[in-house]
Amino acid sequence: MESSRKARGTKTQEEQWMVENDVGQIYSSVSSIPPNAQSVFLEIRRDNHIQYLMHGLNNLGPSFSTLDANRPWICYWILHSIALLGDSLDEELEHSTIEFLSRCQDPDGGYGGGPGQMPHLATTYAAVNSLITLGGPKSLSSINRGKLRAFLLQMKDASGGFRMHDGGEVDVRACYTAISVASVLNILDDELTQNVGDYILSCQTYEGGIAGEPGSEAHGGYTFCGLAAMILINEVHRLDLPCLIDWVVFRQGVEGGFQGRTNKLVDGCYSFWQGGVAVIVQKLHSVICEQLGLSKVLDSECDSESYHDYETSDISDVEECTVETSCPLGGTCHRRKEDIGVDFISNKRAIAPIFSSMHLQQYLLLCSQEGAGFRDKPGKPRDHYHTCYCLSGLSVCQYCSSADADSPPLARDILGPYSNLLEQLHPLYNLVLDRYYEAHDFFSKF
Amino acid sequence: MDVLQKSSERIPLSQRPEYADVKPVPQNDGPNSIVPISYTDEFRETMDYFRAIYVADERSLRALQLTTEAIKLNPGNYTVWQFRRLVLEALNADMNKELDFVDGIVEGNSKNYQIWHHRRWVAENLGTDASTRELEFTKKILSKDAKHYHAWSHGQWVLQALGGWKDELTYCELLLKDDIFNNSAWNQRYFVVTRSPLLGGLGAMRGSEVTCTVNAIMEHPENESPWRYLRGLYRNDTHALVKDPQVASVCLKILTAKNNYVHALSMLLDLLCHGFQPSLEIRNAVYGLSDSGAQGSDLVKVVCSILELVDPMRANYWKWRRNIVPAQAAQCLKDDGLTGLSL
Repeated sequence: MESSRKARGTKTQEEQWMVENDVGQIYSSVSSIPPNAQSVFLEIRRDNHIQYLMHGLNNLGPSFSTLDANRPWICYWILHSIALLGDSLDEELEHSTIEFLSRCQDPDGGYGGGPGQMPHLATTYAAVNSLITLGGPKSLSSINRGKLRAFLLQMKDASGGFRMHDGGEVDVRACYTAISVASVLNILDDELTQNVGDYILSCQTYEGGIAGEPGSEAHGGYTFCGLAAMILINEVHRLDLPCLIDWVVFRQGVEGGFQGRTNKLVDGCYSFWQGGVAVIVQKLHSVICEQLGLSKVLDSECDSESYHDYETSDISDVEECTVETSCPLGGTCHRRKEDIGVDFISNKRAIAPIFSSMHLQQYLLLCSQEGAGFRDKPGKPRDHYHTCYCLSGLSVCQYCSSADADSPPLARDILGPYSNLLEQLHPLYNLVLDRYYEAHDFFSKF
Repeated sequence: MDVLQKSSERIPLSQRPEYADVKPVPQNDGPNSIVPISYTDEFRETMDYFRAIYVADERSLRALQLTTEAIKLNPGNYTVWQFRRLVLEALNADMNKELDFVDGIVEGNSKNYQIWHHRRWVAENLGTDASTRELEFTKKILSKDAKHYHAWSHGQWVLQALGGWKDELTYCELLLKDDIFNNSAWNQRYFVVTRSPLLGGLGAMRGSEVTCTVNAIMEHPENESPWRYLRGLYRNDTHALVKDPQVASVCLKILTAKNNYVHALSMLLDLLCHGFQPSLEIRNAVYGLSDSGAQGSDLVKVVCSILELVDPMRANYWKWRRNIVPAQAAQCLKDDGLTGLSL
């Protein structure tokens, strides 16, 4: 077999055929079961997942030492997963979590990978998102926003991008984590967003997706980061959206799941990075039409194809922050006027999904889901990261056809029993929507 | 200076005379820590000693040694890496030896941001002299994983910061000969063609690049990479894309062969949206793929309908495309007896 391998296909082809074979076997074995017995296989094993997640929260083996500089991430992956599954922590565990993350907070702003470690943008994003996921005034007020803003400003690089940490690497991930955190904490302003758009734009490749750095290959993780960041700084119209959309839809393969790059293998985590992009794009229709030079006439044609009733959404007027009001940021308050995060999610103007939601759900439930936890693909081990992003991808699928954020999804849009329904998330931040709203209200007060 | 022996022979730091005056600093985890890791004794001790040195900001040889040991236990600890850079600077260390150090730990850790960032920092310190060694290092990693994201980014940084463009296009061609589906190699090709100071830039290179891209497409029409590359060659110049006879020609060939024609149809759709006037042969080739034999209909709608059937994963996308065709293109296609590009 080995010696004739070269004669059959290239490495890319061989690897792809192997995965297709593994996945195909799973699908055919499930479809050979009578339909009424199939639902067991399509069920989200909620209790098992929660048990796996809770265990991780309380105890990690020595092999996790290589994640010793990423503990807020482990925290976020677990907490966000638990929240998506509709569960929560008891008060004691909540308190311990807030305590622990406070110890990761640097006195000069930002959060490190563990107590005593230098602040880092990714772990800052993870810690802030963890605290927002916990919710409640104690959790939210533990974030030192003034210092955090100072830290973000220090991480700005001359190129327009952000550095991950003092002396660290500059890339699109850093831009997103910085912007996302600033946006959700209501400390985003022109000083922070200056030139970021230029940098991200320079990372959109000839393929249409976005790379980590200018010149690198278009990649799902960075495409999510770049697109979300551009929306949050109100510059998404500068990206070539039709090209980006064409690239992302072709990232969904025959398996139903998404690949991270052209001609690479499917991976459950891209259900969120790429699936999230596909869903975000549904809300950008007016920008896309503008870029395509389409007139208002065609716009209404699009309306009739979509199954939503259109209501134009007005960007809500946010009160000007006056210097006179006591501002904990000190001096002139730099708050942005537009409230992009809330407007994005409440915008009812959207097109129908451009990807195959049911096929993605099928991949996630049958190929990524394990007895407890989720994995990249069959044959790979489960981990908390994949559990988080597979569940996030599932949620994105379940809600992508909903007319608006207020009405629950229809049964026909959920694969498996309706009890599979997860909590809805805000795709720009990857936060459970209710927690996002709570944080938004909390941080808009000052 | 004690060197870390095989792990079974490791001497605890508490027993090494050169660290005798160091008071280890335990991690400030608190009593009810969450996501707690069950560190080995070796790990805990190493990090306790590192913290002591770090807090004291001691930039000495023994500090350097400590960072070596901490990195080997957790190469993802960016704080240790950053501190190591400060120590290296303070000691005015030999940067070539530092490259040797990274060489030593990259195996098994190659998917680690910190290692690559550190490598970049060291190479930057060495300057253009490091170009050859760095490109060789990159190629070594790529020989094991031809799509390694960090390696490709590193290689691109080396070329732009330290030079060494001479053999890069040849290298791409080699990789593509080995695996024509390697999208990273196609991406690198685009990088070299558009940015190499030794070539004439995209304008000068486009003709020959289109020819070899079309050849790659003919080899494997189902290969998405060359199709995207082809579009990339005409980035910001769709007018020229529409006018290039090689592009229309390759679409026609593949549609006529009736095999693996999704990308060909997709390309045709893009051409039509940008005002392409299809020849009769192309029209017939498309109608030949349609069950309903919808002759004389709007070609865009026919193409989209076929795609909805043969590329069902993207059925929703093709439906959307069908509805957003630019008004002008729709207008052009409704006219009969177009001259277009006859082949």
